[in-house]
Amino acid sequence: MAELADAAHAAAEHGADPTVQEYITHHLSFLTFGNHPEHGWSLAHTPEEAAEMGFWAFNVDTLGWSIFLGAAFLLFFYRVGKKASVSTPGGVQNFVEMVVEFVDARVTEGFNYKNELVGPLCLTLFFWILLMNTMDLVPVDWITRLFEIFMASVFHFEHAPFKIVPTTDPNITMGLSLSVFFMIIYYSIKNKGIGGFLGELAFHPFGKWMMPFNLIIEVPTLFAKPISLGLRLFGNLYAGELLFLLIASMLGLWQLPAHFVWAVFHILVIPLQAFVFMMLTIVYLNQAHTPVEHH
Amino acid sequence: MEMILANTVLGVLLVLGLGAAGTAIGFGILGGKFLEGSARQPELAPKLQGSMFLVAGLIDAVTMIGIGIGMWFTFANPFTAALGG
Repeated sequence: MAELADAAHAAAEHGADPTVQEYITHHLSFLTFGNHPEHGWSLAHTPEEAAEMGFWAFNVDTLGWSIFLGAAFLLFFYRVGKKASVSTPGGVQNFVEMVVEFVDARVTEGFNYKNELVGPLCLTLFFWILLMNTMDLVPVDWITRLFEIFMASVFHFEHAPFKIVPTTDPNITMGLSLSVFFMIIYYSIKNKGIGGFLGELAFHPFGKWMMPFNLIIEVPTLFAKPISLGLRLFGNLYAGELLFLLIASMLGLWQLPAHFVWAVFHILVIPLQAFVFMMLTIVYLNQAHTPVEHH
Repeated sequence: MEMILANTVLGVLLVLGLGAAGTAIGFGILGGKFLEGSARQPELAPKLQGSMFLVAGLIDAVTMIGIGIGMWFTFANPFTAALGG
């Protein structure tokens, strides 16, 4: 991996066209800002520098895009909400109403308790993830290349990486799923008491004499929820983006129809993953509110 | 070093292949049951379709995680990195 990045650096400096490996590695790298052992707090220029920054480095590109898309979503829905009219709904208002009703129907049928957070939470999760996923349909090099040229000319930062699809960053997807996980634990303890919550882990599905066995089943199930939630979204989007990169780098001009075919497949995955994330949040929060059954 | 690379390739292929096989069988059964169900009760078809897509997203999950791990092994092989390669 080190030689690849060195070769990419050297090739770029000599103005050579990147090889397939360099192209893919470059497009899979994040713009990382962190505390480098030698350079201090700075942006990483190569993937090894990014790795040396350790765990507490920020992927500035995906953070920026996720915040931008989230803010755009909030602003857009807020403006439509303020100007909403019953008598003359415009096309935009109809669209927003469609989305809200869709999420509302799912929450109503899936969540059977009283909690004012769940509806807005699911709307935010669904539409924000949908927006972030849709960035994958922008052709790989358009925005990334513009950013690279901008950084090289203004800041003399050669070969700057820039990823525009936030959900291909496991940090983002695990952040979303860990937030949901903390909510699951919080509402479980709030509704069942800490005794009830731990009791459910220890005494279900078999009785209290089988406690170690119950724990072996229940604790991994509990931790599998956030891990699978986050990695499912990440894996789907990462695979989609990687396939776009492979098509772009390996097929010459035949990439144009191939891109189209893969994009048509991917258009199903994009809202589906947002929908699945939202539905699972509803199901998990419903489970968190369900009172413990006493045998 | 070559042994590690060769075995990584085989490992990644197994992950991708078995994942694809499992997912395909799962989707086949799922789609078949959906068709059967909507043939029996056509008025339930929209509801069933919604649930079908939900389960489809869940079936995909571990396969996609496997693809992610496979791509990680292919492009940033941690085993060669551990050897200092």
